[in-house]
Amino acid sequence: MNYTLDFGPVVTGLPDLLKGCAGTLVLAVSGMVIALVIGVVGVVLRESPLRPLRWAVIAFVELIRNTPFLVQIYFVFFALPLIGIRLAPTPTAIIALGLNGGAYAIEIIRGGVQSIHKGQVEAGFALGLHKRDVFRFIVLRPALRAVYPSLTGQFVMLTLTTSIASAIAAYELTSVAKLIENESFRSFEVYGTITVLYFLMSWLMMRAFGLVSRRYFSYPVK
Amino acid sequence: MSPNPATGPLIAMHGVDKWYGDFHALKGVTLEVRRGEKIVLCGPSGSGKSTLIRCINHLETIQKGRIVVDGIALDDSARAVDAVRREVGMVFQSFNLFPHMTVLENCTLAPMRVRGTKKAEAEAIARRYLERVRIGEQAGKYPAQLSGGQQQRVAIARALCMEPKVMLFDEPTSALDPEMVKEVLDTMIGLARDGMTMVCVTHEMGFARQVADRVIFMADGAILEEAAPEAFFRSPQHPRARTFLGEILAHH
Ligand SMILES: Nc1ncnc2c1ncn2[C@@H]1O[C@H](COP(=O)(O)OP(=O)(O)OP(=O)(O)O)[C@@H](O)[C@H]1O
Ligand SMILES: [Mg+2]
Repeated sequence: MNYTLDFGPVVTGLPDLLKGCAGTLVLAVSGMVIALVIGVVGVVLRESPLRPLRWAVIAFVELIRNTPFLVQIYFVFFALPLIGIRLAPTPTAIIALGLNGGAYAIEIIRGGVQSIHKGQVEAGFALGLHKRDVFRFIVLRPALRAVYPSLTGQFVMLTLTTSIASAIAAYELTSVAKLIENESFRSFEVYGTITVLYFLMSWLMMRAFGLVSRRYFSYPVK
Repeated sequence: MSPNPATGPLIAMHGVDKWYGDFHALKGVTLEVRRGEKIVLCGPSGSGKSTLIRCINHLETIQKGRIVVDGIALDDSARAVDAVRREVGMVFQSFNLFPHMTVLENCTLAPMRVRGTKKAEAEAIARRYLERVRIGEQAGKYPAQLSGGQQQRVAIARALCMEPKVMLFDEPTSALDPEMVKEVLDTMIGLARDGMTMVCVTHEMGFARQVADRVIFMADGAILEEAAPEAFFRSPQHPRARTFLGEILAHH
């Protein structure tokens, strides 16, 4: 092997790569917010007394968890225009990421809700609170705390999954890297660099999750 | 239905039957609790004591019979359930404080969400009841930072903040270390002195002697005996009650 490393194109492209990182973080954070909302709402609907609602949630979760994300993102990209919604690649990617992350979040958060002692719920009812308030004020926070490591692990996964959005040319790091690679043919240098960048972003994410945890989930338990 | 809620019994259960699936947990239970009356409910494990008091605030549904609380017929309608739960406070064996809320927040949640009390007022009420259970200085702590006895007193204060007309206690001292039983019983005795209507599932016979107007003995889902505490402890009539008391005394 007689390969000489040349990081010139990477250095020239660094501002673009950093913008790509920002794009990735936008996709990741927006996707997470949507996933969290879908996760919480999905758990509530999953326990609904209305059977069709429960089934819809189960079907959604199974569908997402048993199909590849690349196919899901293509599906959203080509299905939305059929119902008259035209979106640019980046919003499309955010929706797909949110749906995908949401399905996993439903399963994870559901586990957290089930881990809450039923005495907590009964105490809420005995005090006269309605079901909705019992969920919102009594169950939700301890449930999220219980599954926080799995949930944030899933969200780091989501951050890395954003790279698949390059398939529809959403604005994020891998798309930017592909452009630089196409012009320079410096595949190893380019992908080596974004490997490091993805790693740093994951690390940053974990730190941020740690801060959130200290703020919201640091109440003492026995 | 009691014609005048202000003078009729506070709780009236008539011919109440409850099944868990095939299991007949309450068998034709009839019980009236007058305003200000203190009832101690005892009986062997599995006799249906918890089930009975949990029916009063509709934590369990019944299949037959009638329950009227403060003039409100407790059917399965949300309106009746809401109305009854506003008047009935409950204290559980396992405290069931909310771990992510401070003591004060535990006490203000229901008044704010259920009664629509403003935060400042809810906190003032909470502090008053926390003082009353002699735990005012712990208001900013989290439940896990308190001893079992302190937690149970907070749970009592939390229920009192809704200013209920009756308090239900389901073995409030059984989960406590022996040295903490007294502080909780003393709190309950104070409550009784102040005129609260109380239904207590407990095997604390000293408490029953001191506080109860009536002791009710249950076995196998039915009420087998009711008597004033002295009479019940001195000369229980039903053979099951005699066996039960023998076992309790052997343990104490
Ligand atoms: N959710 C339930 N499903 C099925 N059976 C139940 C349920 N809850 C209680 N039971 C049964 O009903 C019977 C009465 O239970 P309950 O808890 O009321 O008894 P208890 O007198 O309070 O007993 P303990 O002194 O052990 O607390 C028991 O045999 C119990 O196994
Ligand atoms: Mg019990």
